[in-house]
Amino acid sequence: MNSVKKFDILRMFLSVLVALALSFLLIFVLSEEPVEAIKNLVIGPFSSRRNMGSVIESMIPLIFTGTGICIMFSANQINLSAEGAFQIGGLAASCVAIYFTADILSPLAALLLAGLIGALFSVVPAILKITTSASEMVSSLMINYVALYFGTYMLNNIIADPRASSASYELCPASELPVLVSGTRIHLGLIVALLVAVFGYFFLYKTKTGYELRLTGVNEAFARYSGVNIVKVIVSSQLIGGFIAGLGGGVEMLSPIYTRFNWTTLTGYGWDAIIISTLAKNNPLYVPFAALFLAYLRTGASIMARRTDVTLDIVQITQGIIIILVVAEQFLSRYRHKLIAREAKAALSGEEVA
Amino acid sequence: MLQMNHIMKIYGNGVVANEDVSLELRRGEIHALLGENGAGKSTLMKVLFGIEMPDQGEILLKGAPVTIRSPQNAISLGIGMVHQHFMLVPSLTVAENIILGVTPKKGLFIDRDKALSAAEGIAREYNFDIDVRQRVEEIPVGIKQKVEILKALYRGAEILILDEPTAVLTPQETDELFVQLVQLKKKGHTIIFISHKLDEIKKICDRATIMRNGRSMGTYEVADITTQEMSKLMVGREVSLQFEKNACRLSDQVLLRVRNLTVHNSQGVLKIDDISFDVKGGEILGIAGVEGNGQTELVDALTGLNKKYRGEISVKGKDIRPLSIAQIRDLSLAHIPEDRMASGCAGNLSIRENLFSNQYRSPEFSGKQFLKMKAIERRSDELIQEYKIKCSSRRQNVAMLSGGNIQKVIVAREFSTDPDIIIANQPTRGIDVGAAEFIRQRLLAFRDAGCAVILVSADLTEIFSLSDRLAVMYKGKFAGFFTDVANVSEEELGQHMLGIKKAEVLEGVVYE
Amino acid sequence: MWEAILSPDFFSSMLRTATPILFATLGAGIAAKAGITNMALEGIMLFSALFGVIFSSLTQSAWLGLLITVVIGGLMGLILAFIVLNLKTDEILAAVAINLMATGGTVLIMVAFSGDRGVSSSIRSVSAPMVVIPFIEQIPFIGKVISGQNVLTWLALLAVLVLHLFLYRTPLGLSIRAVGENKNAAESVGISSRRIQYIALILSGALASAGGFYLSGGYMNMFTKDMSSGRGFIALAASSMGGNTPVGGLLVSLLFGVAQAFANIMQLLSLMPYEIILMVPYLTTLVGLGVYYYTQKKRKERLSGK
Repeated sequence: MNSVKKFDILRMFLSVLVALALSFLLIFVLSEEPVEAIKNLVIGPFSSRRNMGSVIESMIPLIFTGTGICIMFSANQINLSAEGAFQIGGLAASCVAIYFTADILSPLAALLLAGLIGALFSVVPAILKITTSASEMVSSLMINYVALYFGTYMLNNIIADPRASSASYELCPASELPVLVSGTRIHLGLIVALLVAVFGYFFLYKTKTGYELRLTGVNEAFARYSGVNIVKVIVSSQLIGGFIAGLGGGVEMLSPIYTRFNWTTLTGYGWDAIIISTLAKNNPLYVPFAALFLAYLRTGASIMARRTDVTLDIVQITQGIIIILVVAEQFLSRYRHKLIAREAKAALSGEEVA
Repeated sequence: MLQMNHIMKIYGNGVVANEDVSLELRRGEIHALLGENGAGKSTLMKVLFGIEMPDQGEILLKGAPVTIRSPQNAISLGIGMVHQHFMLVPSLTVAENIILGVTPKKGLFIDRDKALSAAEGIAREYNFDIDVRQRVEEIPVGIKQKVEILKALYRGAEILILDEPTAVLTPQETDELFVQLVQLKKKGHTIIFISHKLDEIKKICDRATIMRNGRSMGTYEVADITTQEMSKLMVGREVSLQFEKNACRLSDQVLLRVRNLTVHNSQGVLKIDDISFDVKGGEILGIAGVEGNGQTELVDALTGLNKKYRGEISVKGKDIRPLSIAQIRDLSLAHIPEDRMASGCAGNLSIRENLFSNQYRSPEFSGKQFLKMKAIERRSDELIQEYKIKCSSRRQNVAMLSGGNIQKVIVAREFSTDPDIIIANQPTRGIDVGAAEFIRQRLLAFRDAGCAVILVSADLTEIFSLSDRLAVMYKGKFAGFFTDVANVSEEELGQHMLGIKKAEVLEGVVYE
Repeated sequence: MWEAILSPDFFSSMLRTATPILFATLGAGIAAKAGITNMALEGIMLFSALFGVIFSSLTQSAWLGLLITVVIGGLMGLILAFIVLNLKTDEILAAVAINLMATGGTVLIMVAFSGDRGVSSSIRSVSAPMVVIPFIEQIPFIGKVISGQNVLTWLALLAVLVLHLFLYRTPLGLSIRAVGENKNAAESVGISSRRIQYIALILSGALASAGGFYLSGGYMNMFTKDMSSGRGFIALAASSMGGNTPVGGLLVSLLFGVAQAFANIMQLLSLMPYEIILMVPYLTTLVGLGVYYYTQKKRKERLSGK
């Protein structure tokens, strides 16, 4: 690894540290018991088996949407529909799990449908772009809300349990994903999530389609010149990304955390996915680590919120600062340029010797 | 009026664009700046207009030394420039474009009457027949250019730089422009006229400074010099490359057959006008010509990048019109593109990933779905060695390499498929001598092995030393065609390139 | 059903729902004219909805509350400009960051200010007043539509006019349009594109914040969590459909109003479930975007085919 790459990684850690430092500062301003709050935020997740479990649990949906976004963004499509795909995937999975109670087949069918619906959903902005050249970003923002309200429509009118308040009928027990570690709610979904991340990595970096996709993302004119079918690449990347996000919604719904479908707002996992893909530099292999970090931060924040006067929402501030600093080209750019210049010089003198 | 003395400009990447160029303008003259692409004309003008700072040399304006740091600086000194790519805002009116940045005000608002009358006034003063109320996007190119000139005049330009003003104009528009330039001259303006077109220079310029390879070849009174002499000064062969070139052994098969090819660009302008030719295995067909005469469009059509053509192109006897770019490549056709960063590589991917973008589909490098990483890595290392690509590892991003090494990556990729047909568009442009030499040797080796090569190049030395047959493109046609390249003089070639001489019959262009 | 559509309520509900979108659309438009996609409108609106409640309650004046909110909105535009133009962060990712911070930050601030979570029920804010116009009120149909609208609705309409004049009649407006369309051309005549984009983003933030203020101080009179609910995003779409011009933005915003008012009637007559009504603005945008860009594309093809 050359020193510029090392520097980039260092810079990312520094961004995260600066963001954390700023958040701590904010806690000092907001809280009457800042030291206690920060202690809970940082150490809380390690304080019990249950808390450690909840870090791992909350990492699962993040891995799904993070991987999905990595794939969609790798094709240079700013498709933000992972949020809606996750939502509608959860809805699809619960519909299957409510009515289709055939043991092992039930979760399988539910997850498959969740993925398929997610894929069909996320490809809409791409198709709209290809046929009409409307910006995929704007249309994906709109379609997320369509997913949300379609979900609440189904929830209130079709699958509503009259005995529960704004929740669906119970999902059949057969559909629930088994718990892996007792004393926590870490469930089989973790394995699926990790497999998906690994799949995403192999897909992007080891398959023909993944290679075409990255070529298109980095330089579309070059991809075309090389003989890549651009339309095919765009459609397939959004289908796969959407499938993964939808599958994530399904897995989340079938996890022990939920017994009924009750999502009446968007979950935000699609937006978190953007931070994750930014931290992971669009490489699915790094997604679990980025997800672990976010999950840790969130669990810490919710423990802090339970035990002190600072609310959970501080995390979103931290996340915002992280994005800005990680993406900002100018953050520490002067040092980066110095490094590049030094390397170029070293390479030149190396050439002379060789 | 103005003197530029001993200007030297070296760009950040080490290219010496101007070495010791001097230019002297007299008040009220039209001064031609003449030279091939890459001769350093644009750089010299950028220095004058404050876009680039010179590394050495001085600029004297009316006898006093000046430093020009920015275009604003240049404008305030009375220097105006009409760029080849117009600096106009399409949705604004002509008047708004003219007054942009120096807007007359009435209270908070733009004084529209004053703006209109100012724009109309300046148009009338210089006899420009323009409706200043029209939007720029609705007017033809010729008028856009007039707007650019008016913009400069409105800002008080005494010296006006016109960068290849006639390149985009029709003959009628050109005539009109000349009338106006002469009028400007009569009013005391000094004009720098950048061009390749010798007949135009003959027509309206008083003096001409000829540039070649970053140096000035002298300033001449246009009346005292013939077009032949000018073209010789401009094109003249520097050093002849020494190649051990084997005799051409043609194969029987016509690998590339083009008939009645006609292409219009997206604006509907005719770029290729009914061209036919054949290329057989074992020969290099050189295509020379001043840039913009249809070479790019020709390559785009031949490689399947542009399907909107009339006529017929067949590769190995197969019509390529219904084929995808991938299918055309599968006919064993390689393409070295003109602009290596825009379409020749993915700068932010590694060398390895750039080396097999044209062949990842082949069974050697991939199965049904998966890439064979081992084979790819082995091959990458081989190619890096074989083509002497200087890099820290195959994982290094291509954008981090030098221009010559990037070009080697592209050439290695295109040649490694062992192609039967190579279309090389400016394969050695802007790269170091060693890399250029290496690429030329490879092209010759492929020709000797029975490959059909089309070489489009602005480097005449290269064209002369490599080509077996040679076509000269001018305004979308072959203005000249030579089967006996060794006996073509550079003067003759130059005259065909500049449209002074046009071949009526093209002998040997097709094999039939 | 026709009766309901032709009623004055229909038109007044059209104006009511169009108002916040119109403000944000104008904000999106001016940023777009300067060449920047301002997706952070969503977050700016959300922040402003909260600040509106807080500052109108602190000052006990809707006007002062609005003024402070709009100033802060401009400040948020300035921060966005700094992040995008100076730190060189991608404008979409910068917006994602700001929107995230708005979601969390509004709750944090609300809790810190009043202890409320979710809904600002304990903040005694002051809403912007309705404008009752004495004589016009009496006119049978029109009176009911025009009179009794919130003052912010009138301000929004006024903003269309002012912005139109600003963009098309002032030197600064001319510079903004030039920078957005051809940065090089503008810079070649000595216009600093960075300065112009700063100004455009500050105005964009200020306009969006007026829309945010309306949400909590006109449309409703309290702040609820996530109450901007994608209006900033709709504004992006609406603005591009209206050619990023103020008047075009007005027309598209009114179209949204119509769609929403129509949906409300459908709901009233129980012709359509509530959730589908909520979907209407987004679906309208989606279809509108497709149709608009498709016709644009065809038009371009026709022009170049000539």
